[in-house]
This record gives sequence, structure tokens and C-alpha cells, in this order.
Amino acid sequence: MDFRDSVEESIFRSEARAWFERMAARFDLATHPGMTFEEQLRLGREFQAEKAAAGYAKPEWSHAHGGRDASAVESVICAEEERRFTFPNKFFAIGLGMPIPIMRRYASAADRERFLGPALRGEEIWCQLFSEPTAGSDLGAVRLRADRNGDKWILNGQKIWTSWAHVADFGTILARSDPSLPKHAGLTFFYVDMKTPGISVRQINQMSGAREFCEVFFTDVRIPDTNRLGEVNGGWRVTVDTLMEERFTLQDPTYGAPPLTVAMKFLRDNVSSEGATGLDDGALRERFAEWYCIEQGLRNIYARMVTALSRGSVPGPEAALTKLVLASKVQAYSAAMIDANGPAGVITVDKEMPGSAGCFCDVWLQSAGMRIAGGTDEILRNTIAERVLLLPAEIRTDKNVAFSDL
Amino acid sequence: MNFDFSDEQKLLRQQARRFLTEKCPAAIVRRVIERRASFDETLWWQLAEQGWLGLAIPTEYGGSGLGYLELCVAAEELGRVLAPIPLSSSIYLCAEALLMAGTEAQKSRYLPELAAGSLIGTLAFAEGYGFPAERTVSAEVRGGKIFGIKWPVADGNSAHIAVVLAGTSEGSSGLFLCDLRQATVVREALETVDASRAQARLRFNGAICEPLGMEATWAGFYRLVERGVVLYAFEQIGGADACLSMAVDYARERKAFGRLIGSFQAIKHRLADLYVRNELARANTYYSAWALSVDAPELPLAAAAARVSAIDAFEYAARESLHVHGGMGFTWEMNCHLFYRRSRQLAVNLGSAALWKRRIASLLERQI
Repeated sequence: MDFRDSVEESIFRSEARAWFERMAARFDLATHPGMTFEEQLRLGREFQAEKAAAGYAKPEWSHAHGGRDASAVESVICAEEERRFTFPNKFFAIGLGMPIPIMRRYASAADRERFLGPALRGEEIWCQLFSEPTAGSDLGAVRLRADRNGDKWILNGQKIWTSWAHVADFGTILARSDPSLPKHAGLTFFYVDMKTPGISVRQINQMSGAREFCEVFFTDVRIPDTNRLGEVNGGWRVTVDTLMEERFTLQDPTYGAPPLTVAMKFLRDNVSSEGATGLDDGALRERFAEWYCIEQGLRNIYARMVTALSRGSVPGPEAALTKLVLASKVQAYSAAMIDANGPAGVITVDKEMPGSAGCFCDVWLQSAGMRIAGGTDEILRNTIAERVLLLPAEIRTDKNVAFSDL
Repeated sequence: MNFDFSDEQKLLRQQARRFLTEKCPAAIVRRVIERRASFDETLWWQLAEQGWLGLAIPTEYGGSGLGYLELCVAAEELGRVLAPIPLSSSIYLCAEALLMAGTEAQKSRYLPELAAGSLIGTLAFAEGYGFPAERTVSAEVRGGKIFGIKWPVADGNSAHIAVVLAGTSEGSSGLFLCDLRQATVVREALETVDASRAQARLRFNGAICEPLGMEATWAGFYRLVERGVVLYAFEQIGGADACLSMAVDYARERKAFGRLIGSFQAIKHRLADLYVRNELARANTYYSAWALSVDAPELPLAAAAARVSAIDAFEYAARESLHVHGGMGFTWEMNCHLFYRRSRQLAVNLGSAALWKRRIASLLERQI
């Protein structure tokens, strides 16, 4: 057992560190305050192109496919080194995280040739069209129709919560191809060109003020059968594979919240609480210790997963467990930091100083959504209970009934 | 980076688990409790014979010299079965104190017998309610003799020697070695909620002692405690894991309202939360094992995080597992309460979660 980098890992890390440090001069958003969305996106594409050229866009892929043949541990190292700066990479994370690996697994050779490169280089952005107004946690209940018409399919329906759909060029989509079959049996998976006539995108106004989630409407959208990924009515299988990919993605262990020591410093130096410093509060210090234990635990759980991956194992429920713990922790932590700042805690504009209330206000608003998106707390608990502890499955009344009869 | 035990260590774990499942069923634990015995001698000698006591003691002192990781693996298995023996006091604390700070003469004199099991050691630091501070230790050493009362002392009745926290003439405090078989040491058994781990009050009426190592220091005491909590954390995660298994097994058998109680979300979600806490504790505990094994500068924070997580996990697991068992869980005959009691004992034996959280906050503050 060893938590330090091995000699090879150290070498790999110093190389990655040096590269990202070089890139930071041009691309670190911290040195580009006040950029508009379009400016950030443009900068993001340039950065993505640099990453792709250096093999850092998908380091675990082979050299031939644009990667660096990185091991699981080395991929983690890349992600850690990248996270030391605030790079404009959010537009590509989802696309490269799930749709692109699925394209790599299911698309034809011609399509892989056509799509993988431009995605890696940031020339094209991919989104994932899964959730619908009546199908969030219950993803298997999607209703968007895919009706076969010769060598084409016609899509009709609506998707929701699609990240970055308003800037995406392509997307993977789960559709209902046969409502006469039980819900999981009548689904088909495709990819779609977001410029296809009949697709319209509307950004959602999130409570946090951000607007990266979208509704996407499909009205008689015609796509060729060559866009199909996997078998007709075999879409659930591809979906499960996609969700498995999610298990490999490295969570930002802070969800963008300022680190504990940064918050502690701010409390000590800038907060006065009934004559004592903000950090003199015993109850608050105890909570810092608890949050530390959670953060360390999650870091170490991730390390354990990486070790298992490097030995050829498939990841377990680490991603579900991490998200379950982290989202609630961030909500509690950010709320507590706002509270510690007294009445001024709710002021949102003061974000210049690291650890200040303004930073935490953003995080606190976002955190409400984090406990819902990507698997609600309840679904994650069910997953752990059923898949890991093998407790009896939820009673399902809809499993073997034709979808059209539900 | 490699976050896992080696294949040999995993094999040791397998063997340990098999052995203890057979040789330390709950009946053994109950026998110690019901007969108010100090410990199970048969189990003690079996483990001694197999070299468990000397896992982390170098071969030149009579141990097998394998290392801390092996001892951690053993600790988890001992915790899983609530082994009612003084191994933790003798090895995690007394032997460790000698290894950490003892003079060559002290090490050669005591370690071989501690490794063989013919000598039992312990740490005597507490003085009643609360936890000592450097300048509040009442027991003191005058003219090479200890005066004072230490309580509770784990395995205080069975131990032959003890490492004792006492005040020095300089106004500080540190660790002293004392043979408890002197007439000047008076022992009295103390009843606690966990009768499977004997505790005693020790009165020192001028017992001859010597400083542990060259000099008895407070820092030395704290360092010892830090190392001890890592090993106890392994016992705690072993116990927590046993509680999870028991609860899952019960939830998959017991029916109510026409179906298995494990199919109700209230139970599922409770057990999922239990699992999550266990995993967090396991992760922090493993990391602290690494830090201990290489004496990493991260050890103070790692040990503290391991203790807090392990206390939290075992405490939650024990009480919620008992709860899932419903009325049956509340009976003497079911094993739930044995874990419930042990979880409480281990939650306090080397400082409470609150104390260790204060320590974490201080250590983090130093990083600002």
C-alpha cells in the first residue's frame, strides 16, 4: 500500500503539471475576469484543441486515437493537475465523458473517424438527451418517439435538463421505438445532429441564475438509420453502458466550493463574531473537522477505485457513493459558511476574496440541484441498497406491462 | 499509487477471519461477560502461538517482523469478532510505546515476552472523567516512584506491566514504565458497559518506575495515542462491517406486511447510509495505516480522521443494526448489544470523537 506517486507516476505528474502550468498563462479564467459567455466558449475551444494536440483530451485513449495511453492512475493525475487552474473546460466535460465513449463503442468506423477527432479538439460539442419532463429518475419511462420510416427514423417529443444543448453540435438520444413492449424493451439509442430541422432548444432558468440546462423540442425530426447506436429496441443496453461510463468520471471533490482551509482563513482574518474571530467558534470547528473527514474519505475512496481499475477491475458504486455524500456535504458546508458571516453572509457580489460569502452563495444555490441531478439522493441510496447490499428490489408495478398500457 | 493491501496481507486476512470465525464465536465473548473473567485465556494463547502478538515487533525482539499493515489486518478481524482479549492494550499500546521510544535495554527486556504473550502490558493514562492535558496530570513521579490513581485502565487487572502517564518534576508529564506486580500497586476491577474488555482502577503508592526511553515527554504520550487510534480504528471498522452484515442478513429474512423488510425504503436507505459511513471510515482507516507504516508526516491528521470516521461508523452501525433487528435486537441473546456496547467503549477509550475533531481543526488551522 502506498499513497505516494511511484517513480513513473512522479515523472508523469511533473510533465502534466508543467504542461498545464504553461497553458494557464493563456487559459486560466482567474486571470481573465469578466469574460462573456461567447468569449469563454471561444477560449474553451482553443484550450480543448491544445489539450487534444498534447494528448490530454482523453489521456486514457491510445496515442493513435488522440490520447497518451495513460493508465487509470495517470488519467487521475491529469485531471488533478488540470484542476489546479480554472480552465474553460466545462463545455466539453459531459460530451467527452459519456456520448463520445459511447460513439467510440457503438458507432460505425466511418462515424468514429468523422466524429471523435473534432469532439476531442473542441471543434464540436456533444450533449446527452436523456431526461424528459416525465422521465428523470425513471429514465426508462422516456416517451420521445422514434418511428421507423424506411431507412429513416422520425423523432417527436421533448427532452429536458440537457446540459449545453444550446451550443451543442451533436447529441446522443434515448427514444421510444416500440410502446407496445414493456418500458425497457422498447427503446432505441441514436445520435443526432442538433442542426437537423425540427429541433429547437430553450435554455432553462435555473434558480442559481445559470442557464446551462436546456429543454430540447423535437418536431418531426428525420434522422437516418445509420445514426442508430446499438440494436433496434436495444437502447436500454446502450443507456446502461453510458451510465457505467459515468462511474469512471472524476468528480471535482469540492463541487466548486472553496477549500476548507481557505474558508477557515477567511473566518479567522475577516469575520468577527461577538468579539472573537469567526474561527473561534467550537461548534463550527467541529464541523470543519467533520467535513475534512468526509473529504479525506472520498479522496481515499477514489484512490481505492483507481487502484482497482489499474488492476483491471470494473468500478463499483464509488461514483454513486461519492455524489450522495458530496452533494449534501456541499449544501451543508456552504450554508454554514453563509451563516458564519452573519447578516452579510447572504451578500452575493463579494467574490473577490477567496472564501468570502459571495463564493459560498453561488455554491449554496447550485447545491440544491446537485442533490437532484445525476441521480437523486434517493435513487443513489436505492442503487447502493439493491446493487451493493443486494436487498430486495423495489416493488415495480410497471416492469412487465406494455408501455402504452401504463 | 496503490491503495490496497498486498496479496500476502489479504491472505493473512482470510486466514485470520477463518480462524476467528471458528475460535471466537459470540459464545466466547459472552463467557467473558457472564463469568466476569478478564479475558479468554484459551484464545489468547492460540493467537500468541500463531504469532499474532508479534506481527509488528521486529524479529530481533521476538516478533515476526511483518509490519504495521499486517497488524492492522489482524486488528480488523479481531474487531469483527469482538475478541475479548488484552491484545490491543498489550500490543497496540504497550509494545508500541517500547518500540517507539524505549531504550535498547527496555526493548530487549520486555518485547520478547510481550510478543510471546507471557507478558501482558497496557497503557495507564486516564484519571477519571475527561481526558488529561499536559499540565493537569495528577499522578506524579517522585524519586523514581509513581504516586497517584489511574482509572480506567484497560486490562489493568491482567497486565503485568504498564506504560503510565505521570507528571515529571519539570512540571510536564510523560510516559513511565512500571511493573504492576509490585505490592505498591493496588488494583480494583471496574464495571463498564462492555464487560468483554476488562477495566481497572490502579492505585500507585510509590511503585518503582523508570522513564520510557531517555526522557518522558507529553509529545511522546500523544504520539503513542495517535498510533494506537489507527489500530483501534481497524477494530472499529471490523465491528461496523459485522453489524452491516447482520442487519442485511436479517432484512433479507424477516417479513412484515407481506414482504421482506429489506424491500422497504426506510430500511434500504438506512442500510445504504450505514454502508456509506463504513466505506468512508474504511477509506480513512486504510490511509492512516499507510501513514503509520511509513511514519508519514501526514500521520497526525490521518490518524485523527481515521478515529473520527471509525467512531462514527461503528457507533452508527451498531445502533442502527440493532434497530433493524427490531424487538429481537433488544434481547440479551441476540448479538446486537455486544456490538452496541463495544462501539461505545471504543468511542471513548483514547479520547472521544469531539476531542479528535478539535485536534483536526487545530491541525487544519496550522495549515492556513
